[in-house]
Amino acid sequence: MADIQAASPQYPLDGMVAGSALVQITPAAPASRLALRARPDAIAPLSKALAVKLPQEPKTSAQGTAAKTKGRRALWLGPDEWLVIDESGADLMAACQGAGGTFSAVDVSNRNTAIIVSGPAAEAVISAGCPQDLSLKAFAVGACARTLLGKTEVVLLREEADVFRVECWRSFSAYAFAFLAEALRDPMV
Amino acid sequence: MLLIYCPYCKEERPEIEFRHAGEAHIARPTDIKAISDEDFEGFFFIRSNPKGIAFERWRHVHGCGRFFNAVRDTVSDKIIMTYEAGKPRPSDEEIQARLKELAL
Ligand SMILES: [Zn+2]
Repeated sequence: MADIQAASPQYPLDGMVAGSALVQITPAAPASRLALRARPDAIAPLSKALAVKLPQEPKTSAQGTAAKTKGRRALWLGPDEWLVIDESGADLMAACQGAGGTFSAVDVSNRNTAIIVSGPAAEAVISAGCPQDLSLKAFAVGACARTLLGKTEVVLLREEADVFRVECWRSFSAYAFAFLAEALRDPMV
Repeated sequence: MLLIYCPYCKEERPEIEFRHAGEAHIARPTDIKAISDEDFEGFFFIRSNPKGIAFERWRHVHGCGRFFNAVRDTVSDKIIMTYEAGKPRPSDEEIQARLKELAL
């Protein structure tokens, strides 16, 4: 009989670093991630099970409601779709096991990886490849959206006024990192 | 770049996040094996392709991922209005009112 084998996670951005006096580009810490699709009847049970209120407004995210889940975030991606991110090593699949309502949860912890872009020029660097209006007025702290960065699809989250989290698929991450590192050389940045 | 209003994201987003997905309001026959070859051809291949007001499906593929419908003028390439998938085709009066609003 075949042995059950678990693939070990890869961190393709390990050790990479780029930056200038105005911006730092670094790989984010490993995280547990959940791709959630849920019917309205599952929103409240899932919010309780994950201890983070699933936001229902477009372009918004929410942080954990319990002390233990403070660092956990739920990002609105679509009218019935969320990305949940947790850097504390929590087992998100176990957390939503048995929650009521109709939903699907897929563990995408290692499908995605993330890049943190921070500093006064963070917005300008991301704007080099993102078509959305990223001014604070249009894209406030806590705002998030699935969008594009250069030729790749990303999920963008503004964690602080000058800190962005760029979630991208692992296989595109080297491109995304190189794109951002190249963008900071632009004289406009 | 065009800005397209996504009825699910409830705001205008850059065109590059969207993809055109053919003519809207084409209902798949409920008993497709019962229809004639000519009717199937009509359903499957024949599109109205009007000059002027067209009803189209679009998808916010690099955004919320949802399909929705748009009323677009194929002459000016202006999108007059967008609405959620499953909603009925807007009436001529609604389109005219919207055109007036946009001063097109
Ligand atoms: Zn949308």
